[in-house]
Amino acid sequence: MRVVEPAVVMPGPGAEFFGGVRAELPLLLGVVPFGLMYGVLGLTAGLPAWAVISMSFIVFGGASQVVFAQLHGALVPPAVVCTTVGVVNLRHVLYSASVAGWLSHLPLRWKCLLAYLLTDEAYAAALRRFRDGPPTASRHWFLFGTGITLWLGWQLATVAGVLIGAWIPAQWSLDFSIALTFIALLVLAIHSRSEVLAAVVAGIVAVIAQPLPHKLWILLAAAVGIAAGVAASRLGAGSGRE
Amino acid sequence: MSDVGLLLTLIAAGVLTFLIRFSFIGAGRYLPRSQGLQTVLRYVPAAVLAALVAPELLVRDGSLTLDAGNLRLWAGLCAIVIALWSRSVIATIAGGMGVLWGLQWLLG
Repeated sequence: MRVVEPAVVMPGPGAEFFGGVRAELPLLLGVVPFGLMYGVLGLTAGLPAWAVISMSFIVFGGASQVVFAQLHGALVPPAVVCTTVGVVNLRHVLYSASVAGWLSHLPLRWKCLLAYLLTDEAYAAALRRFRDGPPTASRHWFLFGTGITLWLGWQLATVAGVLIGAWIPAQWSLDFSIALTFIALLVLAIHSRSEVLAAVVAGIVAVIAQPLPHKLWILLAAAVGIAAGVAASRLGAGSGRE
Repeated sequence: MSDVGLLLTLIAAGVLTFLIRFSFIGAGRYLPRSQGLQTVLRYVPAAVLAALVAPELLVRDGSLTLDAGNLRLWAGLCAIVIALWSRSVIATIAGGMGVLWGLQWLLG
């Protein structure tokens, strides 16, 4: 085991920042096509271009932005739109709790900035650095590096999607790539039998409850699915984990 | 919806999303870190994503469609297999679109 002496030079803010940028770049491969599709779909759903583009920096959450566009297209009331966006983004509470301990010493402006930039991909790329890397004073710059790289990629992809959106014929069925993105995220999010149960129950409820107005089936299905998962874990069915 | 109404809805959704991300980072000491909350949150991604995906594959024009002509169902099932096997978002999207296009070409 290597002994780290006090004299060892710890990576400074610049090195941490570019380390984060480098860790994030491969993930842009998946994010940029998603951003393009969001831009295209936002227009198709009836949102004006300014709303599609500004949503990417106001909300900054891929899946929830697609859902926002779909609900807007279905003339759902704003309160239901916001609630559904909140439920789709609720998983970020987990990330927030996960990184909070590493950021607790930072001033409020840093906490606000890093919270705004906290997404699936930025969190995933920075987690290993925080968990396994040296506890330097400037390691939050790594998370800033992953977050701002994703942010830039997402904004540019959105604008590109809005610009090329009008040129893509509907028979290409490119809207299906959004469902495919959700399928990939879903499969990657499942690690235990009780999570499979939560997903299956939520899927069944979502299909059965289609007649509900304002696409409330999203909220109902999520709630029933979560309840099923919690019940299964209470009964010990979650033992399939790892 | 008017432009102002839309902008206000966007801002509300943005503020809500920020507060969700800020929760434990900014106000961790005031929030409960109970086991129960952790258990509930653990099932959020699977339940929410499944709720969004299932109707995309199974519902056509508002009703359950399980017949063989539902090409998105076949492409989606293939995508699930690809995702399980590859653990890759890119491969899942590319494979699923490839299957859908192939089926549309074969049957169209």
